[in-house]
Amino acid sequence: MILAHVPGFPGNQTSLNPVGPGAERIEGEFALIFWITAIVYCLVVIAVVVYVVRRRHSLSIMPDPIQTTPESDRWAKVAVSGAMVVTVLLLFTMMIGSFVTGHALGKMNRETAYTIDVYAHQWWWEVHYPNNEPDKTVVTANEIHVPIGVPLRIHGTSRDVIHSFWAPNVQGKRDLMPGYDTDVMMQVDQPGSWRGQCAEYCGEQHAHMSFYMVGESGPQFKQWLEQQAQSSVSPTTPQTTHGQQVFLSHGCVMCHTIRGTPAGSRVGPDLTHLASRSTIAAGVLPNTIGNLGGWILNAQAIKPGCRMPPNHMTGSELQDLLAYLETLK
Amino acid sequence: MKGLTTLAIVLCFCAFNGCKREHRVFDPGSSGAQIANGVALNEVRPGGPVSVPDHGPYEESAYAVGEGKRLYSSFNCVGCHNHGGGGIGPALMDAKWIYGSHPEQIYSTIVQGRPNGMPSFGGKIPDYQVWELVAYVRSMSGQLPTDVAPGRSDEIQVKEAEQAKKKEHPPDENPQKIEKGQP
Repeated sequence: MILAHVPGFPGNQTSLNPVGPGAERIEGEFALIFWITAIVYCLVVIAVVVYVVRRRHSLSIMPDPIQTTPESDRWAKVAVSGAMVVTVLLLFTMMIGSFVTGHALGKMNRETAYTIDVYAHQWWWEVHYPNNEPDKTVVTANEIHVPIGVPLRIHGTSRDVIHSFWAPNVQGKRDLMPGYDTDVMMQVDQPGSWRGQCAEYCGEQHAHMSFYMVGESGPQFKQWLEQQAQSSVSPTTPQTTHGQQVFLSHGCVMCHTIRGTPAGSRVGPDLTHLASRSTIAAGVLPNTIGNLGGWILNAQAIKPGCRMPPNHMTGSELQDLLAYLETLK
Repeated sequence: MKGLTTLAIVLCFCAFNGCKREHRVFDPGSSGAQIANGVALNEVRPGGPVSVPDHGPYEESAYAVGEGKRLYSSFNCVGCHNHGGGGIGPALMDAKWIYGSHPEQIYSTIVQGRPNGMPSFGGKIPDYQVWELVAYVRSMSGQLPTDVAPGRSDEIQVKEAEQAKKKEHPPDENPQKIEKGQP
């Protein structure tokens, strides 16, 4: 598309910059419909302008009712039936294009696909990389690392209300329903961090429910997966040891998991490798120590209505907790 | 006609302002100090009655009670009390209350814990969420108005909706008040 080549056009979170075969198909269909409708629109506008300019002197003295002759009748018939034929043909072209696109999306390779489970929550994404060995199952949040050039099977459902999984650069939308499992095939061909977003209104913080699909080369992805499968690092300094105690004795432990510690609740995101993620709060803020501190103390000021309550702790407790969380690479 | 318009405006005004049902407080800014230790199980206490903590607008807000219902599952109250019918822990949908049926008493039970299994959640659950849980727990035995009590479940329906629950009458429903300042 022309737009995608305009300098400064944001290439992320747009279906005009496809990075996978699914989005390429959708972009092709969009281009077909766009060009057909754009050309038809321009022709209609030009026809109206030409008519108005040519008749600009006679408009005010148009006889009423309009006088017709056999010849003008014939021309009118030809023009109207011609336009009808063209319209029907164009609509069929778009319909067949849409059908072919849908068919191609549905036929993406399912057998050799790599499966990733996605659970939508109000208002974040829980991501599982299932493994036959349960202790190698990786659980993370809001950041979906994927190997590039490999067909993916995103197996999704919702834990509360209806959400929709949409990474426009990669594939079309897929609604995730509570109590209903769904599969959507996709593939990422370019390395990079491709932003996605919930596309079905799901409550107060629907707009702050984004995720990133991070395309990585095969070995890089494998390394990431192995690293994520490990338990959390044990605290080594007195400060981080105290930070861990703060985590386990305050409200954090009621909702979050850190694998390798007694914290095992599955209400909120898994924090085992929190520091390896680039954003917090489902893409709302960059994952910096300051943002994390603000988020812990009063998440409601940043994302009103979210499930994270305000937490009360002393300054030193917070500093130690942050120091501990920063070590969770 | 003018009178009718005025009446309509006044009624609309009342409708929008008179009802706290839809009032949502995301950041109640709790004091941070756990006040549960100040709650007495009954009014007889050396040094006279203690001040009862304000349980706020939680029992009038459908949102707060709904949040309480969500937290009731999240924090695994279900694990022992089930959906009100009881199991490892006592039932919550009947008129029997070992440690009192009043909001502040239920609050203390959650925050302090109780013998034979009820853990203490003090310092782990923020104040306002404890009050939300309290409001929900009370809705299970029909103590809340039906317009506030939850009308449906996200899970398979295991019992009638809280909204439809007939009000239970715990024996301590109307305790004898001791005049303040009496010796």
